[in-house]
Amino acid sequence: MNTPTLSRPVDRREFLKLTGLAGGGLALAFYIRSGPAAQAAATSEFAPNAFIRIAPSGAVTIVSKQPEMGQGVKTSLPMIIAEQLEVPWQGITIEQGDFDQQKFGNQSAGGSTSTPNNYDNFHLLGATVRTMLVEAAAQTWGVPASECRAENAAVIHRSGKSLKYGQLVAKASTLPVPDKAAVTLKAPKDYKLLGKRIPQVDTKAIVTGAPLFGIDVKLPGMLYAVYEKCPAFGGKVVSANLDQIKTLPGVKDAFILEGSGKVKELVPGVAIVADSTWAAFSARRQLKVTWDEGKVAGESWDTFVAEARQKAAQPGGRSLRKDGNPDAALAGAAKVVQAEYLYPFISHANLEPQNTTARWKDGVMEVWSPTQVPGAGASMVSRVLKIPENKIVLHITRAGGGFGRRISADFLVEAAAIAQKVNAPVKLTWSREDDLKHDHYRPGGIHFLKGGVDAKGKVVAWKNHFFTFGEGGSPGSGGNLSGDEFPGRWIPNFQSEQTMFETGWPMGPWRAPGSCVFAWVFHSFIDELAHAGGRDPLELRLELLGDKDMMPNSGGGTKGGAAGGYNVARMRNVLKFAAEKFGWGKKKYAKGQGAGLAFHFSHRGYIAQVAEVTVSKDGQLKVDRFVSACDIGAQVVNLSGAENQVEGSVVDGLGTLLTQELNIERGRVTQSNFTDYPLIRITEAPIKIETYFLKTDNPTTGLGEPALPPVAPAICNAIFAATGKRVRQMPLSRTDLRWA
Amino acid sequence: MKYTLNVNGQSRTVDVAPDTPLLWVLRDHLELPGTKFGCGVGQCGACTVHLNGVPSRSCMTPVSTVGRMKVTTIEGLAAAASKLHPVQQAWSELDVAQCGYCQAGQIMTAAALLKDNPRPNDEDIDGAMAGNLCRCGTYLRIRAGIKRAAELASGAKEATQ
Repeated sequence: MNTPTLSRPVDRREFLKLTGLAGGGLALAFYIRSGPAAQAAATSEFAPNAFIRIAPSGAVTIVSKQPEMGQGVKTSLPMIIAEQLEVPWQGITIEQGDFDQQKFGNQSAGGSTSTPNNYDNFHLLGATVRTMLVEAAAQTWGVPASECRAENAAVIHRSGKSLKYGQLVAKASTLPVPDKAAVTLKAPKDYKLLGKRIPQVDTKAIVTGAPLFGIDVKLPGMLYAVYEKCPAFGGKVVSANLDQIKTLPGVKDAFILEGSGKVKELVPGVAIVADSTWAAFSARRQLKVTWDEGKVAGESWDTFVAEARQKAAQPGGRSLRKDGNPDAALAGAAKVVQAEYLYPFISHANLEPQNTTARWKDGVMEVWSPTQVPGAGASMVSRVLKIPENKIVLHITRAGGGFGRRISADFLVEAAAIAQKVNAPVKLTWSREDDLKHDHYRPGGIHFLKGGVDAKGKVVAWKNHFFTFGEGGSPGSGGNLSGDEFPGRWIPNFQSEQTMFETGWPMGPWRAPGSCVFAWVFHSFIDELAHAGGRDPLELRLELLGDKDMMPNSGGGTKGGAAGGYNVARMRNVLKFAAEKFGWGKKKYAKGQGAGLAFHFSHRGYIAQVAEVTVSKDGQLKVDRFVSACDIGAQVVNLSGAENQVEGSVVDGLGTLLTQELNIERGRVTQSNFTDYPLIRITEAPIKIETYFLKTDNPTTGLGEPALPPVAPAICNAIFAATGKRVRQMPLSRTDLRWA
Repeated sequence: MKYTLNVNGQSRTVDVAPDTPLLWVLRDHLELPGTKFGCGVGQCGACTVHLNGVPSRSCMTPVSTVGRMKVTTIEGLAAAASKLHPVQQAWSELDVAQCGYCQAGQIMTAAALLKDNPRPNDEDIDGAMAGNLCRCGTYLRIRAGIKRAAELASGAKEATQ
């Protein structure tokens, strides 16, 4: 018996049309489904799409396609499917999917996109399979599907009789996939799982030390590799004492790789392959390489900073935006503030050093990698090593931290290039020193700002000349300022200019690229203007945001995923919400204590934050309380994961502010390990972090990044309130906070 | 050189260079990858194991110096394979981890703290845990996790009395 609503499989184009999504390949999961009866016979499992399998025993497996690096998607995205599928969370097996975009669609984890790109699709995936199971039960009983409902992995008829999902597997496997019209999504009020605090699915493996991460991969007969690169970025190997290295204990091979000629791909270097990690590390200490450092050896951070200071006042920067007449407005302003803001290059410092295991066998490159963007790795391996993409098999492992570093595939292609020369599987492990000296860094920058307020303290003029870093004519990731960056568009007399220094330094996305530094500079400077005009920092910000609900992007566009522009109403509301939760203005502080706030919109999230700090007379900072208010749309998927992302962003934002700084001298990083590149420790973490979500009628969006940008300015503004000292340079250790 | 070690209550023999850090003996030779490599210089604590119950940096411990000391790794922390140590249980309940890479080291340090000090306050916790880095910034949950583990451990003692 067939019902009219289950008439035919949905083709890919139609699925896209039906779901109204541009997510693309995910829909293929339906499309590639093979003949239903054949599949049922072959596996006796019900596998209606690439993401869901139900065994006759009732065992449910959900495949998680996105890379997991601590952002929680291996838990949160399957939760969406389980919610709609009506299966209890306990007992579901969650499997990490391999890289297969034909099967799964896009598998990139970056830019806080995993949730918004998959949210609607995953609801539909789960609900579609539930609909098929209900239909299977209805057909078994000879009743209309409308008389049946799904609950707790079973279908229940209104008469009270029920069949478990496992019992329906054989029947459901023979049914065509229903189209969207026949699929009803659960209403949010009926959610049993979404919005709850659910521990990560890998928790048991994490707390018991089970192998899980890229660095834990071990294959039979596997060898261990290290790869020495030129300390100066992109330098070439002239010669190395390979013959001596090959005689050292445990060493199986040593050879030079030429590199692909690009500083973010396969960099030239010397590989040492040994029978254990320690044998490779030990042999490396005997390695002597003569390098051709190239022109990068003439480039130093201090020189660029000095040059920026020289050029700051001169015209000649590329104009990003000019509104009104900033010079005239500054001349007529009641008060003018001028300031230089500077932040250094920093590293991602994933605690799991970069690594990848690769096996080259019978023309197939098989790779196990803690990557954020497996597609980038596969295409780089294909391009650099001349291996067709269909001969590359890529297994995604859990990553010990991402923060944008593992969007790059340099370490992955290194492992594959080494494996191609070795007749055995090889695991490449970077040392901490490799990791710090060969990161793709967050670019530093210097801003020369001038702002004016009128007699009432209203901001009337803003000028900024921004000096940034790039290669090949383009700024590094996060080093390109938009003319629309807040407060661009909000101030009548506004000018923003950018000058780029060309370097050979590798740069890459670092958690909330651009936003992670621009929010600090601009919200610190807005605070300076508020104090110059004698205004309350909250009240001035609300005045600045104004009464409009939407601020269109210049020239249209969808910066930050915001169709139609910057939703000012959302920002105003979340700012007021943060102030209310914090109790802004309610407390009188003694000298040495104070509160500060900031807000930022990025990665589709509207976030406002308030910090309360104590600075001791000897200049020690303690963050006593930190309040975040977040508008990431209609639904928090996993409350525990969401809160963890915000708490982590607060600690990361504070840690970056406190100590993180790389110096680049003669084209190389002078720091080498956590001894001279310290990360924040528990002793410096805030005493109390509070996280609040303002649910709004907007699409559900991601949270890996947007809660980070306002952290540093909120804290620095609180430091000013506490001490009268303005922090204009990162890290904070560069500013003397002692007071009397 | 051959070394016979006492690891998680078992006698294990390896043939490695004397300067091989215990970390790499565990990871490469004894199939115990739960102990993690983070910095190699004793700064991050990801490689923390117990030597005779004392939290120690296995990346800085040459295998030749281990001798007859009892080595306990994250894999051997719980009293029985089917059970979780109260710290592991608390970590699971409170969903402490983000990426999870540092957590084996955090848990080993926390377990040693609780053995010496069953009711640590925030200051005790910060003091004991200061050597363990968490790049994801889960420090507030680590503080809460240790307090929860203290409750679980005292509850378990009461239950057996």
